[in-house]
Amino acid sequence: MKEVIKRVAADPLGLMGLCLVTFMVLSAILASLIAPYNPIALNIMDRLQGPSWSHLLGTDQLGRDLFSRVLYGGQVALKVALVSTGVSITIGTVLGMIAGFGPRWFDGIIMLFFDTIRSFPTVMFALATVALVGPSLSTVIIVIIVTQIPTYGRVVRTQTLTIKSSEFIKAEIVMGASTFRILFVHILPNVVGPLLILASMDIPTVIALEAGLSFLGMGVKPPTPSWGSILNDGYTLIRNTPWPIIAGSIPLVLVTLGFTFLGESLRDQLDPKLRKSL
Amino acid sequence: MLIYLLKRVGLGIVIVVLAVSLLFIMIHMVPGDPARILLGPRATPEMIAHLSFKMGLDQPLFVQILKFFGNLLRGDLGMDVITNRTVADIVFGQLPYTLWLIFTAITGAIIIGIPLGCYSALHRNSIIDRVTGIISVACITAPAFVVALYSLLIFAVWLHWFPAVGAGEKGQFWDQVSHIVMPAFAIGLSWVGYLSRLVRSSMLEVLGDNHIRTARAYGLTESTIVYRYALKLAVLPTVTVIGVGMGFLLSAALFTEIVFSRPGIGKLIFDSISTRNYPVVMGSVLVSTILFVISTTLSDLINAWLDPRIRAAL
Repeated sequence: MKEVIKRVAADPLGLMGLCLVTFMVLSAILASLIAPYNPIALNIMDRLQGPSWSHLLGTDQLGRDLFSRVLYGGQVALKVALVSTGVSITIGTVLGMIAGFGPRWFDGIIMLFFDTIRSFPTVMFALATVALVGPSLSTVIIVIIVTQIPTYGRVVRTQTLTIKSSEFIKAEIVMGASTFRILFVHILPNVVGPLLILASMDIPTVIALEAGLSFLGMGVKPPTPSWGSILNDGYTLIRNTPWPIIAGSIPLVLVTLGFTFLGESLRDQLDPKLRKSL
Repeated sequence: MLIYLLKRVGLGIVIVVLAVSLLFIMIHMVPGDPARILLGPRATPEMIAHLSFKMGLDQPLFVQILKFFGNLLRGDLGMDVITNRTVADIVFGQLPYTLWLIFTAITGAIIIGIPLGCYSALHRNSIIDRVTGIISVACITAPAFVVALYSLLIFAVWLHWFPAVGAGEKGQFWDQVSHIVMPAFAIGLSWVGYLSRLVRSSMLEVLGDNHIRTARAYGLTESTIVYRYALKLAVLPTVTVIGVGMGFLLSAALFTEIVFSRPGIGKLIFDSISTRNYPVVMGSVLVSTILFVISTTLSDLINAWLDPRIRAAL
């Protein structure tokens, strides 16, 4: 692991990605220490200000400090990214391994399930679910989990299929190893690498999706700050002030860039073969 | 080939049926009576009962799904009880706007992205190659709605170059063109980056192939080799990517249509979901799912037809 980080840091883009991601994670974790104001405290007297020393990124229509809101918005983005990616990797891995290793008819059913989920454009699936269940952060997380499962499941399935026919697995079967043991002791370690790379490349999509849904008013509930809801404020105020749009978009763009650079660098370092299949 | 075709089409139909059934079940599970929500808080029980009867909501879920597919086969997507127009009428009235938007965006991305990728591959590791590489990644990761917001801010609010709202007057060609520029830019930008990187990597791969070496050995000029032989193979992956990317395109279209208040199927879905107008939600989601399934299937078929290697494997 240390070796991998060293190699990533040696690559200029990888180092940049690593820095951006670390910066974002730290600023989100330490938001309550860094933020100069309460992100939901109203101050009508100071509304719609441009950047100044007291408000680094200006204020919104209710006089809330945008810099503080951006910091706390990072917490939302981080939470959504980590929880949903973690859960969908777990479920996707299990389903993918079962599909790849189990009987063919079962593989068929799981693949059909994956294809069906994939056939909804993600945002529409998200909109439909949010409209039905009501907007909340947990709804967003659940939607993202469901739509991301096939991404990981498919990769794991393909890997499992390849490994399944290799000599050492055949030897394990002959020696009478249980299916459970084969799956989790022998196949799992072989699929983890590609999954990490895929996750790092996928997190930007997830963060953008959360921001997008919050932008449409279908994510976190106000007054909780999220980059998407800051952008939504900016959209309604577009003729008055550009600052909410700038404040909401900078972290969003930086973080997606950071994770993408990191993912690409990881991919190049860990598995050059994957360059083609992704 | 025929068996492959039938298999793909069959799978497409199964997926559409499953997706619609899933949506039906989800709508059914929502707490609250759709008829009551549609009519608002002051509706009398008789009005609700009448609307439920009219929408078929009083029947079991299974019957509702069967009826929906039965009607679908006759080209009937149901009635919108609010405006009293057929859902098919509403959806197909909005669909052309979205299709034009997606088509313009992707055409623009192809025109810019493919030559850019080609250039990068031919001048590998040059400064321009590195700069386009980084810009491409930045373009790919920028979410469509953020690009849309910035172009709205810069080109409409500050510079007044393009109109901010709507799709332009019907029949006024230039008016419509000026309305489509910014939304198409917002959707297409990430595709410029994506296509240029894709073409770059596949071009590099193709240029290393044996048949290109043979062509060089025959003494063909570099431009003939690049444009007649290599490029033809290198653009193949873009066909698949655009086909599979239909889902992303539709999602991006939804965001840009909302930001620019432009009519289209994405805005229709958003509006009908916000007002809980379920017949329109069903109709528009169905049509966009079909669109997506058709485009993935088509891109697979075109790829099989273009690439002899895949054709042989079928």
